[in-house]
Amino acid sequence: MKPLVNVIEACESAAQEIRYDILRMGLKTGSNGAHFGGGLSLVEIMAVLYLSVMRVDSSRPRWQERDRFILSKGHGAMALYAALKQVGFVTDEELMTFKSNNTFLYGHPSMNLDKGIEFSSGSLGLGLALGAGTAMGLRKRGNNTSRVFVLMGDGECDEGSVWESAASAAHFGLSNLVAIVDKNGLQYDGPTREILNMDGMAEKWESFGWQTRVVDGHNLSELLGALDRFEGKPTVVIANTVKGKGISFMEHNPAWHHNRLTQAQFDELTAKRTVHL
Amino acid sequence: MTSFTRANLRTWSMLGSAGTFGLAAMGLPDINPETLILTADLRNFSGLDRFAAAYPDRLVNVGIAEQNLVGMAAGLCNEGFSTFATTYATFATARSADPVRVNMGYMGLGIKLVGMGAGFSVGVLGPTHISVEDIAFMRAIPNITVISPADCGETVKAVQALALHQGPAYLRLGGGVPHPIVYEEDYEFTIGKAIRLRRGDEVTIVATGPVVYESLVAAKILESERIRVGVVNMHTIKPLDTEALLEVYASSRLVVTVEEHSTIGGLGGAVAEHKSQFASVPPQLIIGVRDYFPHAGDYRHLLAMTGLTAPQIAATIRDRWSSMV
Repeated sequence: MKPLVNVIEACESAAQEIRYDILRMGLKTGSNGAHFGGGLSLVEIMAVLYLSVMRVDSSRPRWQERDRFILSKGHGAMALYAALKQVGFVTDEELMTFKSNNTFLYGHPSMNLDKGIEFSSGSLGLGLALGAGTAMGLRKRGNNTSRVFVLMGDGECDEGSVWESAASAAHFGLSNLVAIVDKNGLQYDGPTREILNMDGMAEKWESFGWQTRVVDGHNLSELLGALDRFEGKPTVVIANTVKGKGISFMEHNPAWHHNRLTQAQFDELTAKRTVHL
Repeated sequence: MTSFTRANLRTWSMLGSAGTFGLAAMGLPDINPETLILTADLRNFSGLDRFAAAYPDRLVNVGIAEQNLVGMAAGLCNEGFSTFATTYATFATARSADPVRVNMGYMGLGIKLVGMGAGFSVGVLGPTHISVEDIAFMRAIPNITVISPADCGETVKAVQALALHQGPAYLRLGGGVPHPIVYEEDYEFTIGKAIRLRRGDEVTIVATGPVVYESLVAAKILESERIRVGVVNMHTIKPLDTEALLEVYASSRLVVTVEEHSTIGGLGGAVAEHKSQFASVPPQLIIGVRDYFPHAGDYRHLLAMTGLTAPQIAATIRDRWSSMV
């Protein structure tokens, strides 16, 4: 097992690459634009999941013992695709086809197991049910090693279907199910507190019978610690994040939920870049 | 338990389609060892109390949560289980339309979604439970097979066929109790292959679901008036058996579709869409529920209110036919 300091270094380096790739993919979309904010808030979560926590192997995409990842907030696709590149499911060339005509890297993930995409998403609030069914299926198969990770947005938790599945997962004791809420505090039309106040997010999940952990979603060691195994109950990690994290003019800015990045902005952002491609 | 003996046919008819589904379900683990059945607090209504007792690990009751029902079924399907999911037809289709569209349609996950109480069969509960748009909902979504059995024997056949069917499907179960028997003897059922029940070279009724029986009786009524009426059981509405339809167009002067469903988007719509491609084809009479919410009432009452009893079907056809000859 790698010493923790090395794991964190690997995640840190991957996070930088993922953030850079998000900008590159976003730039490629040109005037169509892309979901920058909700991708950038996920970067550390994705780095920790793919570089350390999850058991996935791009040379064996159908490996039964793999962990299953579901990006329920499908608009975070850029962060997923960039993370899949980090672990060898997607090449850089493929990454640069994002949102182009005929690509397999849609604006929202489209089921493609060979490329590491377990399920399609894009319609919010459906991923947790898929995760609960998958977790139950693994149990029924006697697979006690694989876990199922479902990444949702805090805005997504407006959807009633999320809470149907939250109740169900706890009822069935699906301790192999881990939900992560990317709590960046913003949704399409503005701050979640103004659109639909879901304060007490952790308490809500706890009252539904989940193990709850609240972390800084950009702190790698906190994320690593929170994604440990639990017994008996499903686990939710509420990750407090910043929408648009890492790009000063995108941070906390609802305008960057979906927007276009100019070449000049990209050049300015990447001029100071230290990570070598 | 699922052979076409006289005693079984009578028992199934008395149980109705839900009870028959429950009986057929008892045989599913032998047909497909990966069988699971999910239900949204409709275990007993779906006739699954015996199944739950016999196979407690194969029955998953998710409570009154239809979106979660379809989502969990999709997750289980993706892990290789043969997954049936049951709830009321209106909730299976309209309420969980988006999970159905994304999971079954877009992703093609092979859930067998069973809509109980379809059509007028729980009509006393009012328009929230009267399901006459479900075929239209399901038919519009790519990849989903839509099956509407004519009687309880065909329900048994359809359930058995679906146990080994790979793709997603919607099984529409309704009808009254007792459920009239169309098939007195065993026969071959193939998904997507319509069955001609009666020959007749003037009018052909293409019907689906429990009103296949009413259509057969209507054909006999018209026969006594020297109108020669054929009947085709279109148990699979999607994929539509276009070969059978071409034969119907070639052998009739009037095509009549009969369904316990809205005249918009159901079997009538499907046949009209297909027929519209051709120039020299007979006209079509669409018999069904005319774009309104019927008042609550019991099964036979609602058939009568919507013009779907055999004498009414015969009268509607007679009117049209006499204007043509």
